[in-house]
Amino acid sequence: MTTPIKDRTAVAGIGQTAYAKSLEGTELSLACQAIKAALDDAGIAPSEVDGMSSYAMEANIETEVARSVGVGDVTWFSQVGFGGGAGCGVVGNAAMAVASGQCTVAVAWRGRKRGARTSRPWAQTAERVKGLGEWSRPWGLVRPVDEIAMLTRRYMHEYGATRDHLANVALAFRKHANRNPAAQMHAKEMTREDYMAARWISEPLCLFDNCLETDGAVACVVVSAERARDLRQPPALIHAFGQGLNRQHQTMTNYHRDDPLTGPAWAASEALWRYADVGPDDVKVAQIYDAFSPLIPLSLEGYGFCKRGDGGDFTNDGALEWPNGRLPTNTSGGGMSEAYVHGFNLIVEGVRQIRGTSTSQVEGADVSLVTSGEGVPTSALLLVEDR
Amino acid sequence: MIEGAPLPAVTEESAPFWEACARGELRIQACSNCGLLRFPPRPMCPRCQSIDAEWKLMSGRGRIWSFVVPHPPLLPAFMPLAPYNVVVVELEEDPAIRLVGNLLPSAEGAINEVDPATIRIGEPTQVVFQPAGEDIVLPRWVRAPASTVPPER
Repeated sequence: MTTPIKDRTAVAGIGQTAYAKSLEGTELSLACQAIKAALDDAGIAPSEVDGMSSYAMEANIETEVARSVGVGDVTWFSQVGFGGGAGCGVVGNAAMAVASGQCTVAVAWRGRKRGARTSRPWAQTAERVKGLGEWSRPWGLVRPVDEIAMLTRRYMHEYGATRDHLANVALAFRKHANRNPAAQMHAKEMTREDYMAARWISEPLCLFDNCLETDGAVACVVVSAERARDLRQPPALIHAFGQGLNRQHQTMTNYHRDDPLTGPAWAASEALWRYADVGPDDVKVAQIYDAFSPLIPLSLEGYGFCKRGDGGDFTNDGALEWPNGRLPTNTSGGGMSEAYVHGFNLIVEGVRQIRGTSTSQVEGADVSLVTSGEGVPTSALLLVEDR
Repeated sequence: MIEGAPLPAVTEESAPFWEACARGELRIQACSNCGLLRFPPRPMCPRCQSIDAEWKLMSGRGRIWSFVVPHPPLLPAFMPLAPYNVVVVELEEDPAIRLVGNLLPSAEGAINEVDPATIRIGEPTQVVFQPAGEDIVLPRWVRAPASTVPPER
């Protein structure tokens, strides 16, 4: 079945800065450097850029980025909301804009400095909270980790998932980071004993169930498939794209929904697979948004890799590990061990797997899934090799 | 009262909830047309699209749906209390209506006084009301005798 976007566009360039707890330069400078690197990777001049796609949370706004990078006349620009759920939507929207002719060369990016503890949004909670926070912050449920821990304990209770399952996730991603020189945790090995001995952050979640905090920026360039074939890198075709905001979902507090353990991934999954020529069994490698380890089992269920409640067991027997796992996942180390650039580093790793240039390259990786944050309105991309 | 803890802003949408708490009542927004309970409050009924709503008095009985035990780093106000508990309680009237709160040993107790190792999902609870500073009274929870709450579905 054809759709207006299937295989019509490709990620033709990717770029990133270093990832670290503290980098020199402003957020804007980092964003510009990543975009320039992505354009160089594609072999496209900044003046050719006529589309800009970003996170609504992105502090580096289109005008500032465009004026610095030397972007040409922009004929399409758009932002996607809901923090870490935006990533694949940012790229997917760029794909729709290119496929529909609103622009021809779109850049998508995320750049931020979050290494410093004072930069964390929860630390700036207002004295008087309105909106969703009005119903949680006064009781001491303040940080994203507290909200996800609430769902996690219930998930463990209903389905028998254990801390060993969460350790499977953390250890797999750390092993991949140990193979990736760009990863913040490249030099730091981790054992199951280390995981079990780590300090609590919000029981039942410990330190190693949390992503890193990172200074860094990541960008990619989306063009038509035809154009991509003439450029210097093998195209990563955008085969399918989906966004999801499921019925009665509440950002980060899905316990206000009648069925809290099915999140937005379930709706994004419907949109993603609806017109795809492949299904979950065809996916050779996945980058799954991992701000917190339990998002992996929840996402595996949402995107149809296993039945509801089986996400914990899915992680057993090294299933997420390169090279022999059933579904090598977060092969650059992910948000938990490479860098946490709001999930955008997962997208460029998904592209590298299609190109064959990952530091944990999966053999024959012709179908590569990337997902964005579960627990908030979310999105997913299916990248495929040009055949 | 927890010095410096964030307090609700109290908006047009949420004021009836907080005014009820100040009177020692737990009230949840309900559609005047079809009766559907909804929380957090919002301007339209997602089932029948009526914008007419009322605030129904609840029994104050519920059950622990889940809970967490936060440890540092935390907001300065909560640091001296860590580790403490935060619970989500599902209400007897409709288990899909779930409220964030804390489990206390008594109506005057603190949020770090119940041993977290003893907290169980499914435990019956009863609402209590604690002044939280300025004009705000927060609903929190104490354990209730099992006989007063129907068993978990």
